[in-house]
Amino acid sequence: VIGWLDANLVSILNGFAIGSLLFILAVGLSIVFGMMDVLNLAHGAFFLIGSYLAVTFVAGESWGNFLAALGVAAVVGLLAGGALSGLTEPLARRPILDQALLTLGVSLIVAETLSIIYGNDVLSIGEPPGLDGSISVAGSSYPTYRLMLIGVGLVLALVVWLVVEKTSIGALVRASVADRDMVSAVGIDYRKVKIAVLGVGSMLAVVAGVLAAPVYGARPGLDKTILLLALVVIVIGGLGSIRGALVGALIVGIVDTMGRAFLKPVLGAFLPPVTADTAGPALASMLIYLLMALVLALRPAGLFQARS
Amino acid sequence: MRRSLFWGVVILLLAALPPVAAALGQGFYVDLVRRIMIFAIAAVSLNLILGYGGMVSFGHAAYLGIGGYSVAIFAFYGVNSGPLQWAVAIGASALVALAIGAVSIRTSGVYFIMITLAFTQMLYYLGISIEEYGGDDGIRLKTRSQFPLLDLNDPLQFYYLVLALLLLSVFIVHRLVNSRFGMVLRAARSNEARALALGFSPYRYRLTAFVIAGAMGGLAGALLVNQVNFLTPEYMHWTRSGEIMFMVILGGMGTSAGPLLGSFGFLLLEDVLSNWRDPRWIGEHWQVILGPLLVLAVLFFRRGLAGIFARHE
Repeated sequence: VIGWLDANLVSILNGFAIGSLLFILAVGLSIVFGMMDVLNLAHGAFFLIGSYLAVTFVAGESWGNFLAALGVAAVVGLLAGGALSGLTEPLARRPILDQALLTLGVSLIVAETLSIIYGNDVLSIGEPPGLDGSISVAGSSYPTYRLMLIGVGLVLALVVWLVVEKTSIGALVRASVADRDMVSAVGIDYRKVKIAVLGVGSMLAVVAGVLAAPVYGARPGLDKTILLLALVVIVIGGLGSIRGALVGALIVGIVDTMGRAFLKPVLGAFLPPVTADTAGPALASMLIYLLMALVLALRPAGLFQARS
Repeated sequence: MRRSLFWGVVILLLAALPPVAAALGQGFYVDLVRRIMIFAIAAVSLNLILGYGGMVSFGHAAYLGIGGYSVAIFAFYGVNSGPLQWAVAIGASALVALAIGAVSIRTSGVYFIMITLAFTQMLYYLGISIEEYGGDDGIRLKTRSQFPLLDLNDPLQFYYLVLALLLLSVFIVHRLVNSRFGMVLRAARSNEARALALGFSPYRYRLTAFVIAGAMGGLAGALLVNQVNFLTPEYMHWTRSGEIMFMVILGGMGTSAGPLLGSFGFLLLEDVLSNWRDPRWIGEHWQVILGPLLVLAVLFFRRGLAGIFARHE
């Protein structure tokens, strides 16, 4: 086992790095849904705003640029989330599908506007100074930036968990997930909670876009890919559950990365090389959906149910 | 009365289109409307489960793909018999719908949306992974499906066949939802607890509707591959599922005219905007126009296009 771990350390760490990123992205989406049944399909487009912000500020040039991009991303995210909260307000008592369509409309506007401004090319940036190299982890060399992503994801998970579980603001959020009518009944303006949660959730999405830019770059269509991944994460974990978002993100990150690393050589062992070259990556992409279907077949409301 | 008037006008307009288009020298429209009607069949079938059954399936494009592959794979091996190809297209789609539905219908809400999406994504990547049938690049349909007494290479014969099948599917869904079966299906959507209390098990009714919708979707897939003479895994792409869903919602869920109006509304809009050349950016980024329309439609236009016609009922 030790030997296997050693040989595949890079793949495993990659899985954790992607998982951390997915958690930052998914946790907001999950709480927003758990609280107000808003399936925010603009979440991926918000992420893409962050990626293009990173490109605009040339975030790989210096720490000043990188932090500026993060700061602007946070403000943009808060404002966008607040605006979206206002826009979905008239739909508060309407079916999920209506809100999903509305946010889909918003995501089309955002994503297409970005591609009008930045064009259709894949734009990439480097890592900020000091994080652009690799360091040695248990004998294997690994990119420093990705290691930092894992750290940021874990710290954030801890912060979110502390805020939600240990503070009175968190109690309000949990109460809103469990029973929003009761929250209104005890005299709390539920709309303010909603604005705050959508604002913070969207902020995390835009910030995740900046953080991901050195890995994924910025390109049209990235918003949809990312949104789909985030949805898979929160559905596997259980909508509205923070623990679920963390576990779901790590599972999806690791399964996806390991699938890409292993399926091709495994298939290559008993298929002709050309066939394995095509089938390997495609079947690896299929894995997370297979996983989601399996989880839902066994537990129809995800791994961690937030509401009974 | 208004209903029969509406359908009379629709049938008249669609039947009159080819000769009128030919007289005006705009034969291109026959091709466009035929394509729209094929998608309308898919939308009609989705409406059965989405509109009447309350099952938000985000994977209806799967059946377009299965129908398409059924025809294309037979043609690949030189078997061009239309009845065989189409029977397999419909049968295979029904079987896959049975498998997907049996698992998915146990879940509800967003979980149902996502599990249907998951199965369709698996089929999509399966399509990409099979090098033999073109993988990512797709496969060309060398010969269209061959029928006795019917020639799909004749644009008019193909057009009227699609029109007839569209009207047939509208009729079938209309009869289904107004039968005892349909009553149970709709009752389970509006109040599941009450339907259970009355002694009905919604699961069986939902699964049956899901399979029928899948089979009709497979027929649309068989038609689509004959329409474009080309098959790629993109038939099953999740954005395609979203588009079919949008057609149903735009037209008006749970109405018999809705899917038809929605397919025409959406695909005509797409055709006009994506071919826009002045200024050029509208054609390239037409979805930047679609976005605000979507937002406005959700906010102010709740009952869809069919709501316009049904206002005075």
